[in-house]
Amino acid sequence: MKALGYALGLPAVLVAAWWVASDGSTNVFLPPLRTIVEAFGDVWFSDTFVSDVVPSLWRLAAGYAIALAAGVVPGFVIGRWAVPRALTGPLLAYFRVLPAPVLIPVLLVAVGIGDATKLIVITVGAVWPILLNTADGVRAADEVGLETAAAYRLPRRTRHLLVLRGASPQIFAGARQALGLSIILMVVSEMLMSTDGLGFTVVQFQRSFAIPQMWSGVLLIGLLGFGLAKLFELVERRALRWHRGHTGQLTERP
Amino acid sequence: MGLAGAATAYEILARLILGPEHVPPLSAVVPEALRLLTGERFWTATGRTLAAVAVGLVIALVAGILAGFALGSVPQVRRATSSTLDFLRPVPSIVLIPVLVLVLDVRQITVLLVAVSCFWIVVFQVLYGLRDVDRVAVETARAFRLGRLARIVHVTWPTVLPYLGTALRLIVSVALALALTGGLVMGAAGLGEMIWSSQESGESTGMYALVLLTGGLGIGLDQLARLAERRLLHWHVATRREAVA
Repeated sequence: MKALGYALGLPAVLVAAWWVASDGSTNVFLPPLRTIVEAFGDVWFSDTFVSDVVPSLWRLAAGYAIALAAGVVPGFVIGRWAVPRALTGPLLAYFRVLPAPVLIPVLLVAVGIGDATKLIVITVGAVWPILLNTADGVRAADEVGLETAAAYRLPRRTRHLLVLRGASPQIFAGARQALGLSIILMVVSEMLMSTDGLGFTVVQFQRSFAIPQMWSGVLLIGLLGFGLAKLFELVERRALRWHRGHTGQLTERP
Repeated sequence: MGLAGAATAYEILARLILGPEHVPPLSAVVPEALRLLTGERFWTATGRTLAAVAVGLVIALVAGILAGFALGSVPQVRRATSSTLDFLRPVPSIVLIPVLVLVLDVRQITVLLVAVSCFWIVVFQVLYGLRDVDRVAVETARAFRLGRLARIVHVTWPTVLPYLGTALRLIVSVALALALTGGLVMGAAGLGEMIWSSQESGESTGMYALVLLTGGLGIGLDQLARLAERRLLHWHVATRREAVA
C-alpha cells in the first residue's frame, strides 16, 4: 500500500498540477490538458488508429525482430571464432560509432521511399547494440564450463547453447538499448519520409497548427515508449530468472 | 585485411549490382571525401554540429549530476520520484521536436534535444553509483567526524565517478546522433543539414562522402570520451589493471 502510494503519488500530483495550471491557458501552443485529453480520444480512437498507429507498430515490430535476428546470429559467430572477429573488427568499430539517423538519407537514395526503407532504417540502426553485446557476451563465455562440456564430450550443439545462455544477460542489455533506438528511428524515419504513421501524423498536426491533436500524438509516442520498456522488462525478468543479478535485489549495472 | 575485403566487396556490389548512380562506389566516394576535407563548408558544418554537441553535453552533465545527487541522497525523495523517472526515461526525446519547433528556433532545439537525452543517462548513472556506495566507508567517515561535504568529496564522489565515466562514453554518441537528427529533421545548420540537402539535390556521391566522414567524427569523439574517462579514473582499479596488461 505504501509502495503504491510512493509509485503513484508524484505522477498524480504532476498530472493534477498540469491539469490545473493549464486549465485557463489561452496560449495557443500550450492548450489546457483537458483539451489535449479530449483531442486524444477524438484522434486516436478512430480511423487514425488503423491508418497511422498500426503501420507504425508493425514497422517497429518487424524492424526490431529483424534486428534481433541479424544481431544475435553474426554476433555469436564473431564472438565465438577468432577469424571472423579479426576480419570484421574495424568495420564493426566504424558502424558502431556511425549515428543511425544519418543512414536515413543514404537508404532513401539506395532503396527509395516505402515501407522497406523504414524497416531497413530501424533494423540497420538497432542491430549494432545487439550484435556487439552478443559478441562480447559470447567471447566472455565461461572457460571452465566449456572445458567441462568438452571433457564430457557434449555434442557441439549443446556447447553452443551453453555459450548462448551464458551470454544472454548481455544480449538482453543490447536488446534493451536497441528497443529505445528502434522507437526513435521509427519516429524519425516517419517524420522524414512517410505518408502515414505516428511520426508523420504528429508533424502533420504541427504544420497545420492542430496543436491539441499534436500534443496528443506526443503523449501517445511517450506512452508507447514507456509501455514497450515495461513489456521488455517483464520478458527480461522471466527469461533471466536463473541469473544472479535477477534473483537477488535487482541492481542494474552498465 | 577485413577492411580491404569489405571495401572490395562494396566496390563490386556498387558497380555491378546496385548501379553507380544510386550507390556510388568507394573509388568515387573517397576522393570526394578528401575534397570535402579541404573545403571550408565541411568544417563550418562540423564546427556547428560539434558546438551543439558540446553545449548540450555540458548542460546534461551539470544538470544531471546535480539532479542525480539531489534525488539519490534522500531515500524518501528517491522512492517518490522513481516511478516518474521510469516513466520519463523511455520517452524518446525526439517527440519534443514538433512541440519545440513552435516556440524555439531550430538551433536551440537541437541543443535541447542533446541535453535532454543525455541528461537522463547521467541521472541514472549517478543514481546507480549512489546505490553502490559502501556503507562501511560511510560509517567510517562518520566515525571520523567528517562533515557532510567532506563525506561527499571523499566517499560518495569517488564511488559515483566510474559510473559517470560510463555515462560519458554513452552520451557522446547519443549527443552526436541527436545533433545530426536536428539537422536532418529540422534543417538546423550543421552536418545533418548538409547531408540532407545533398540527398535532396541528388548529389549521392557527396552524401556518401559526408556519411563516411561523419563516421570518422564518431570515432574521434568516442576516442576522446575514452581518453577523458581514463584520465578521470586513472586511480581506479580497472584502469590501473588495464595499464599493466
